[in-house]
Amino acid sequence: MTVQSVSLVIAGSGGAGVVTAGSLLLEAAAKAGWYALMSRSSGPQIRGGEAAAMLRFATEPVMSHDDSFHLLMAIDWENIGRFSAEIPLVETSLIVGDPAHGDAPAALLGGRPRQAGLAMTAIAEKIENGRPNMVALGAIAAMIGLPAEAMQAVVEQHLKRKGQAAIDASMAAFHAGIAAAADLPAIPKLPAVAAASAPRWSITGNEATGLGVIRGGVRFVAAYPITPATEVLEWLAPSLAKVGGQLVQAEDELASINQIIGASYGGVPAMTATSGPGLSLMIESLGLAVAAEVPLVVVDVMRVGPSTGIATKSEQSDLNIAVYGLHGDAPHVVVAANSVADCLFTTQWAVHLAEAMQTPTLVLTDQAMGQARAIVPRPAELSFIGQRLTATAAVEGERYKRYAVTASGVSPMAIPGTPGLTHTADGLEHNELGTPSSQASDHQAQMDKRSRKLTQFNYGDHWAEIEDAEAGAGDTAIITWGSSTGPAREALRRFSDAGGKARLISVRLIAPVQPEKMAAVLKGITRAVVVEQSHSGQFYRMLRAFYDLPQDTRSLHQAGPLAFGPGRILEQLNAWSS
Amino acid sequence: MESCAQTKKYAAKDYKSDLKPIWCPGCGDYTVLNAITRALAELALPPEEVAVVSGIGCSSRIPAYTSVYGFHGVHGRALPVATGLKLARPDLTVLVTGGDGDGFSIGGNHFLHACRRNVDLTYIVMDNQVYGMTKGQASPTTSPDWEGSKLTPEGTGINPFQPLVVGLASGANFVARVSSSDPVNMAQIIVEAIRHPGFSLVQVLSPCVTFRPEQAEWRDIVRTAVVDVTDDAARAARRLMTDDGFNVGKVLYKGNRPPFRPEFEQTDGSVAELEARFAL
Repeated sequence: MTVQSVSLVIAGSGGAGVVTAGSLLLEAAAKAGWYALMSRSSGPQIRGGEAAAMLRFATEPVMSHDDSFHLLMAIDWENIGRFSAEIPLVETSLIVGDPAHGDAPAALLGGRPRQAGLAMTAIAEKIENGRPNMVALGAIAAMIGLPAEAMQAVVEQHLKRKGQAAIDASMAAFHAGIAAAADLPAIPKLPAVAAASAPRWSITGNEATGLGVIRGGVRFVAAYPITPATEVLEWLAPSLAKVGGQLVQAEDELASINQIIGASYGGVPAMTATSGPGLSLMIESLGLAVAAEVPLVVVDVMRVGPSTGIATKSEQSDLNIAVYGLHGDAPHVVVAANSVADCLFTTQWAVHLAEAMQTPTLVLTDQAMGQARAIVPRPAELSFIGQRLTATAAVEGERYKRYAVTASGVSPMAIPGTPGLTHTADGLEHNELGTPSSQASDHQAQMDKRSRKLTQFNYGDHWAEIEDAEAGAGDTAIITWGSSTGPAREALRRFSDAGGKARLISVRLIAPVQPEKMAAVLKGITRAVVVEQSHSGQFYRMLRAFYDLPQDTRSLHQAGPLAFGPGRILEQLNAWSS
Repeated sequence: MESCAQTKKYAAKDYKSDLKPIWCPGCGDYTVLNAITRALAELALPPEEVAVVSGIGCSSRIPAYTSVYGFHGVHGRALPVATGLKLARPDLTVLVTGGDGDGFSIGGNHFLHACRRNVDLTYIVMDNQVYGMTKGQASPTTSPDWEGSKLTPEGTGINPFQPLVVGLASGANFVARVSSSDPVNMAQIIVEAIRHPGFSLVQVLSPCVTFRPEQAEWRDIVRTAVVDVTDDAARAARRLMTDDGFNVGKVLYKGNRPPFRPEFEQTDGSVAELEARFAL
């Protein structure tokens, strides 16, 4: 069944409190038993600029925004035109603005949305300490069917410290908004849900990323701030302290990657999080971790590149640097989260992969999922079997070989402090002992083992998420990765609801590639559409290079920050089936 | 009976690996290696409880020539590796070895912040005022009129970097200059540097006989500094800014700043408690 959902945007200038309003709405929706997804967009100003909170509410989990919004609630029109491309509005959409601020700017009217006025400022002024954003929230709640009690509970929780008068003022404004909504045109209402049936979480992708690495066992994090990854690190700082770990702010990304190399060499699982520019700086030392066989995790919360690009907005364009950026032949692991909740799974898995294979593992998430907050079903408890293989005691008469050539390619690692197993870990090519060597045979043997670690590892079913339409896979596939998975998944559902057959393949293990597994899930598929958010079709090209794809494989790619709506993907599926 | 005080005795050779250094005959780094192993023996540190970290360069080869735990990383990044290692494993004694190019040019930013951060590390810089491994280019400590490099045939024309002054200004907690021509003194200073809490900076005048043959004269030029150690960084800096760089053999500065430790409490909090905050 197609997701039953309602989508809306709250927009306004700094001080209008749109992000706060969005957060309150999200929490209230959670109390009402709904699922939700909230992303934010903001202007280039550090503080006080225009902002938009984009929300989608549904009676079941949602992982993507819809093709358009039902409602744009504008507290004011300040610079709102900057968001027009990110707020698709159609004829059934409704713009509600405050007549006190004049008319809606033309940039918003291209899709011929309906328009109505709500005198938020005037209504708020009649209430002592009333605020326009609370009036807006009241109107929104009434329009989408959100029970007032849910908001009451959230407001009480938030304003507890400010006292009853503040709570009363907010709720008076809220109720005034509800009353005023009676005069507004209708938008779809969501049905009430019987009190939360299954346990749910409210979490952002960046928080889920932090939790995932802690769950995986990381206890040392080096941090250098960068948008949009900073929240991962800010969440980790106090959280690590609570579980006996530590976070250190480094002087730059060169330092953060090398600090975690040092900590991990010392036996403590370690990670850092960054975005494209920081990843670029870390690349040389990632190669060091490959050569010296130091396990670590680096999370890249991707933003629009190249260079400083658009720091606050999303793009899936770091795939190439993550896979191919290292000099030399440098086998390493690249995994990608496919949703807000999957950031938790993927980062926890990444720690396991890094530790088990003694190799650096890159995790690709992006601004869209990292800074989005979602109400999701409680993620499953997870544990992965197999941690770092260590050497714990010297063998009589044998010299310890840190880089022993083994069948699996993984060599038992002696942690400093272990008597009798001292050695030097080296980024220079070396022999089994770790002694620097420029001999071809040592290079060949060490390259073979470093590569074998990754090719012989059992990644299980986690390499991709596969989903079929109800009627089956048929002969059509959508192949995607990362945050393009959300809209692709929804396109598949809509296609399925209309009786279509197709298969969704969302690749989580980007490198090493898994051609045999892909061949198995592409059996019987004669056409495929590859969906990604990059200007050059990086993922499509990578698939072309390493996989046998169906003859009729199309690339659906576009540069960030605009995401594919489900409709664009559905169009391709429909075009094939008609 | 004295049997309760059975400290295991170590000799310098117990800290040496069986690898033959790649250094040129006459290189100052040989005696630095000797002094380090001698210092470790004097401190009677079990080899497995010591780690030597380095970047890239002739002197950065030292870890492999020792029998302690070693990490030979990339150019310029030894200090952050050592920082992560020491913070993750405060029980280890962590030394960092390297040269003037590795430490003050490509790794300059880490040098500043390692001094500032004051993690309990001992940083031994073998300063020969040249990039030796790449066959003789000017380094940050090279004098501006040195014309021996094909890369800068007219000299660099830029002022040499003053590592100890910058180290003091940045917050290093222990500053000394020694000469590779006096390994016994050097070993003694390294012992003190390791014992002193926080970030200890030891500059070793260690000649490159191949690309700076004139440095062979250093052994005759150096003189034992006639000053006593101070805990006044400004005073130490003034001395350093007025000397000719050849006063050696003494600890110039010992600060009292407590070493960096990130504020983390060893709590018995569980991951489940973190997760509970997300539950609705």
